[in-house]
Amino acid sequence: MADVVVASQAKPQFREASAWDQLKYNRNWLGFWFMLPAMAFLIFFLAYPLGLGIWLSFTDTRIGRVGQFIGIENYQWLWDDAIFWLSVFNTLLYTIVASALKFAIGLYLALLLNENMPFKAMLRAMVLIPFIVPTVLSALAFWWIFDSQFSIISWSLKHLGLISQNINFLGDTTWARICVIFANIWRGVPFVAITLLAGLQTVSPSLYEAATLDGATRWQNFRYITYPLLTPIIAVVMTFSVLFTFTDFQLIWAMTRGGPVNATHLMATLSYQRAIIAGQLGEGAAISSAMIPFLLAAIMVSWFGLQRRKWQQGESND
Amino acid sequence: MSSVHIRDVRKSFGNFEVLHGVTIPIEDGQFVVLVGPSGCGKSTLLRMLAGLENITSGTISIGERVVNNVQPKERDIAMVFQNYALYPHMTVADNMGFSLKLRSAGSDEINKRVKRAAEILALTPLLDRYPRQLSGGQRQRVAMGRAIVRDPQVFLFDEPLSNLDAKLRVAMRTEIKELHQRLKTTTVYVTHDQIEAMTMADKIVVMHDGIVEQMGTPLELYDKPENQFVAGFIGSPAMNFLKGHVRSNGVATFEGPNGVKLPLKTAPTASDGQPAVYGVRPEHFTIADDGAEAEIVVVEPTGSETQVFAKLGGEQVVAVFRERHQFNPGDKVRLKPDPSLVHLFDEGTGKRLNA
Repeated sequence: MADVVVASQAKPQFREASAWDQLKYNRNWLGFWFMLPAMAFLIFFLAYPLGLGIWLSFTDTRIGRVGQFIGIENYQWLWDDAIFWLSVFNTLLYTIVASALKFAIGLYLALLLNENMPFKAMLRAMVLIPFIVPTVLSALAFWWIFDSQFSIISWSLKHLGLISQNINFLGDTTWARICVIFANIWRGVPFVAITLLAGLQTVSPSLYEAATLDGATRWQNFRYITYPLLTPIIAVVMTFSVLFTFTDFQLIWAMTRGGPVNATHLMATLSYQRAIIAGQLGEGAAISSAMIPFLLAAIMVSWFGLQRRKWQQGESND
Repeated sequence: MSSVHIRDVRKSFGNFEVLHGVTIPIEDGQFVVLVGPSGCGKSTLLRMLAGLENITSGTISIGERVVNNVQPKERDIAMVFQNYALYPHMTVADNMGFSLKLRSAGSDEINKRVKRAAEILALTPLLDRYPRQLSGGQRQRVAMGRAIVRDPQVFLFDEPLSNLDAKLRVAMRTEIKELHQRLKTTTVYVTHDQIEAMTMADKIVVMHDGIVEQMGTPLELYDKPENQFVAGFIGSPAMNFLKGHVRSNGVATFEGPNGVKLPLKTAPTASDGQPAVYGVRPEHFTIADDGAEAEIVVVEPTGSETQVFAKLGGEQVVAVFRERHQFNPGDKVRLKPDPSLVHLFDEGTGKRLNA
């Protein structure tokens, strides 16, 4: 027995790990090192500009002149600005109409592309084209399509004898809104369609077979199987779609620059116009910052929509 | 409940024919098992019966009605899928009641029938759970419950036990058989596991390469396989086959590999010296002084019986003994097949030669 005790006492002493060793080998610190590059990117390119923007909105900074802190004066100013409220209205209209139509058309396309048909791969690739073309390029194309004098639509309709005068697409407030929304939908549908198609392909075909044997019609297959199983991915894709649409700038700026009479000014374009064109950085920043509550609201909706549904919870025995 | 008749059914995918004229009569209330190796066309046949695949030619009728062009939902059949195909976003109760809901049955009616099916399958405590929260065996039972609730003319099972572990598989096997005895619904069951087929079926249909090799009761197939394929497929461990020649001069015998003499009860309709395949099941060997000499290679005791792998005339054979012989590798023993239980097949066609 004594031997055993002696042996255990004679165990070699382990050296205390130094702080540097911990930094090198501790799993938590290691994780931190791996996170560092990504964190640096996010801080420099997202957090810093966001913080600066919010700060600027509380100052009277102009281009070429350091501003002073003026509290919420910019916001008070905007509160009484009819053009600001018009841009809020325009943005909401633009986002709601375009997102709803993008969802409807995208879902329809996804269902169509999920069917077996000839040239399936080619058709799927073709759907992506509007998404691939640079925004400004497609906006320029639309600009020509909707041109007051050279519009191909007006030309065609005139030759068909349906109208006698060119339609003033981008000069009329209602038409201008319809045109930019149309262009946005054209650009945004592929993203929705392809993402929903990916979601559709994760649904096991045997579920449809089982439902067919259970007596489901095609509509019931969609209503009771496809749609509920697709809701998680719909939540994701529509969140992104709403965020992109709400913050849209390029398309509007290239097509209408907010006109006619501010009918297509979105918050993003108005902010750019006030901050960069007119040089009122503080006021422009305030308009941009005013978008934050709307975006947060959209994210909150998706947050609750994205929460794992009851049927997704529990153990997986697959 | 009703009978099912499959008459000369063929199926092609493009130019590739996978079923070459299959005829299977199924009586009312029968439990029929389609068994065969992967790719034999058994699942395709079941899916044609369900209406999930078109019938290229031939007819399938359920009861008196030819269903070739009848929509799946009008066929009054219920199917249990290999992966169960439970709707992940519905509770057990909703899964089971879905078909009734689609037929716009009243909620009282749905509740009543779901409850009854749940009682039969001991699922009552699980009715509010989602499929993810169930074990494999429970999911299997829900899939069966979904079929029972509909009270269909015919149950179709597509390899329903292949996703379960061995122990559960045996338990569910008994459960399905018991369920059939209770409901007496005509059942068509597809499996590649011949033990499942043997234990559950009223009638087994052995399929291979798109044709029916043989159909009959489990014991008919075991006792009198019509060809070498069925003989080798049914029974575990599989039948031993030894190539050689029939000797019918004087006492009928079989001359196996390397001149090993094996007994035959009677000379079959084969002439002297005809090449043939001699089939003997592992359990039909005995140790006897007049047996053929064999050298033991491996001994595998399983408790209830002992499997012995031995070299007989240079070929490896398996013998199973319920007695506890003391064998060691390298021992020489004399193995004697029971002449009344041996099978003889034509070497070329594989057809059975002896009566």
